[in-house]
Amino acid sequence: MKNLKILLVDDEEEFVTTLAERLELRGLQARTALNGEAALQMIEADTPEIVILDVLMPGIGGFEVLRRIKAQHPQIPVILLTGRGSEKEGVKGMGLGAFDYLMKPLNIEELIKKMQEAIESQP
Amino acid sequence: MAMRFRPVWIRQLGFLIQLYFPGNGSEPYYENTLKSGDILFDKRDQKIMNFKNLWTDLTKGLLHESGHEATNRYRILRRNIFILMILITIIPLIIMAVIYQHEYHSSIKQEIVIPLQTLTHKTRHTFELFFEERLSVIRFIASSYSFKELSDQKTMNRIFNVLVNEYCCLVDLGLINKKGIQLSYAGPYDFLGKDYSEQKWFQEVVVKGTYISNVFMGYRKFPHVAVAVLRRTEDGEALILRATIDTSKFDDIIASMGLNPESDAFLISRSGIIQTSSRFYGEIMDQCPLSFPPGNYEPIVTEATDPRGREILVACAPFSSAEYALVLVKPKSDVLHTWHTLRSKMLFIFISSVMLIILVVLKLTDTLVKRVKEADEKRELAYREIQHTHKLASIGRLAAGVAHEINNPMAIINEKAGLMKDLVAFDDQFRKKEKFLGLTDSILKSVERCRAITHRLLGFARRMEVQLVELDLNELIQETLGFLEKEALYRNIELVLNLADNLPLISSDRGQMQQVFLNIINNALAAVEDEGEIVITSWEEDSDTVGVSIQDNGSGMSEETLKSIFDPFFSTKQENGTGLGLAITYGIVKKMGGDIKVKSKQGEGSTFTVYLPKKTKIGPGE
Repeated sequence: MKNLKILLVDDEEEFVTTLAERLELRGLQARTALNGEAALQMIEADTPEIVILDVLMPGIGGFEVLRRIKAQHPQIPVILLTGRGSEKEGVKGMGLGAFDYLMKPLNIEELIKKMQEAIESQP
Repeated sequence: MAMRFRPVWIRQLGFLIQLYFPGNGSEPYYENTLKSGDILFDKRDQKIMNFKNLWTDLTKGLLHESGHEATNRYRILRRNIFILMILITIIPLIIMAVIYQHEYHSSIKQEIVIPLQTLTHKTRHTFELFFEERLSVIRFIASSYSFKELSDQKTMNRIFNVLVNEYCCLVDLGLINKKGIQLSYAGPYDFLGKDYSEQKWFQEVVVKGTYISNVFMGYRKFPHVAVAVLRRTEDGEALILRATIDTSKFDDIIASMGLNPESDAFLISRSGIIQTSSRFYGEIMDQCPLSFPPGNYEPIVTEATDPRGREILVACAPFSSAEYALVLVKPKSDVLHTWHTLRSKMLFIFISSVMLIILVVLKLTDTLVKRVKEADEKRELAYREIQHTHKLASIGRLAAGVAHEINNPMAIINEKAGLMKDLVAFDDQFRKKEKFLGLTDSILKSVERCRAITHRLLGFARRMEVQLVELDLNELIQETLGFLEKEALYRNIELVLNLADNLPLISSDRGQMQQVFLNIINNALAAVEDEGEIVITSWEEDSDTVGVSIQDNGSGMSEETLKSIFDPFFSTKQENGTGLGLAITYGIVKKMGGDIKVKSKQGEGSTFTVYLPKKTKIGPGE
């Protein structure tokens, strides 16, 4: 788990940067992207080991980003974040290949646990 | 009451007029609105407002009236229908009865009058024949014998004896010359030489040739009638034969009419003096108390009231040859007997049909008004349900929006506080570490609480996909109780299960059903005191429905609370409740095509009864 390369994608800058800092405090490598395009570019430049992706974003939406990631890098696990608390969205995301979904506000311990599960479940 | 409603109708009428003839009437509505979007919007808005007013007005009477006013309204409706129905049924009946009565009455009278006339006619004829017979005999004698022969007392005696033998009732016979002097006489009295020239009858017989007197009492005080004829001989002499007849024969003729004891018949003179004995109207020579129309020859039947107060029919037939009239009196009650029986029968039928009509109309009106009332109540219920559903739906949308908007800043607070906590936690040098960690923890806990609220709100708003599975409700209830057993045990609350054996499976959503029972049982737990009791019963309501009731012996609810118990955000738990639990429960049960009912009494406890269809048809939902 240490030095796990994480990409955080969310349009709320305050949220992602703070979350990234907290993850780094725990010895993880977290980078942030504020929109879908930036996220996709960053994935191309330096492929992360796991992506945390907000569903609702301006520009390319979360689901579209998820689809493109899964098309090019099916091995990268993606955990979705949803603010709407809708199981429907989560289920839809999982249908598109997301590992799981979490609801905002996040519990960081829960996030780390989920990420761990995601990494461990990989072949 | 009626006054109260009038303005409403007038307003509604006004509104309808406004709908069909908007603006000033001359300019078309569309042109007016197409000129400017603003106007269109304003007008439409106003329309919506108007419609709302109309709806409120329309439903005010039905939905939101106090019980007293509503009862009054149905009473007036019942009264109006009753009066209208009674009028349209009874008025024709009355008209028919009156016409029928009138027609029948006149036809029956006709049938009675004709026999009366006939009888009177026949009897008068008999009387006239009697007189004619006597007159013709006397005329024959006057013609057959010469003046000289008749003047002879012996001849007169002989003739008289023959006549008495041949014709009954003859009392005496005498010859009178043209000066009015009795020349010969045969009979019981001694009238020889008597001068009649000054008497009225003598003058009449001289003028008319014949004369029949009224009845008079003779010397022996029994009634007589005198008849006289005049013959002029070839030599210019005039002889007058005068005979007296006793009237006992009259009674025989009247007796032959065969009258019943209630009827009466007698002769009267032109001046109304009774000539033969009458049963009811006086003795011979008395003035008859009845009056008669001036008659012609045909018998006339009239109605009258006699001195004894009886309603009578009087037939009066004047004679042509004498100054008499035959009078026949029959009491109306007698002749109209059939009519009276018929009338009482008709009256009975009329009264019983009126009573029947009233009964039927009463019953019918009652049923009708009851139906109207039921329909109104159903509509009210449907309206309330729609209102409730709409309320839930709009609150759901609002809640979803609010929750989502709040979740993002909440996430930031969460991360910032988390980071602060992390920074302090990882820094061993931090001076007020404990205090600081306490602070951040309380922020994080508050965020957690907000999260719980927003998630519950979202859960309420969410239209969860219903997954229908075959469910054993008993099993589901027991499963649900598993979540709550600890609390019950801790508070020493007794949970009594009266679950039906062989309860049929229902097809429904497991998660949502669990939510329903969890919410209701949770409420029951909140309502009962420690060591209280909760009874859960399940049964098969009918072939399509299964029922479950959750009964507690807790504090119960006021009527006020009961009314809004399923409203969102209504809670009696002050700080601990979101007020969504029962609203969600209600929404789910309705969505599943079921129903939920609450009975409650303050201080005695509440019973929630859930009815669920065996085969769920998904309704409009929240």
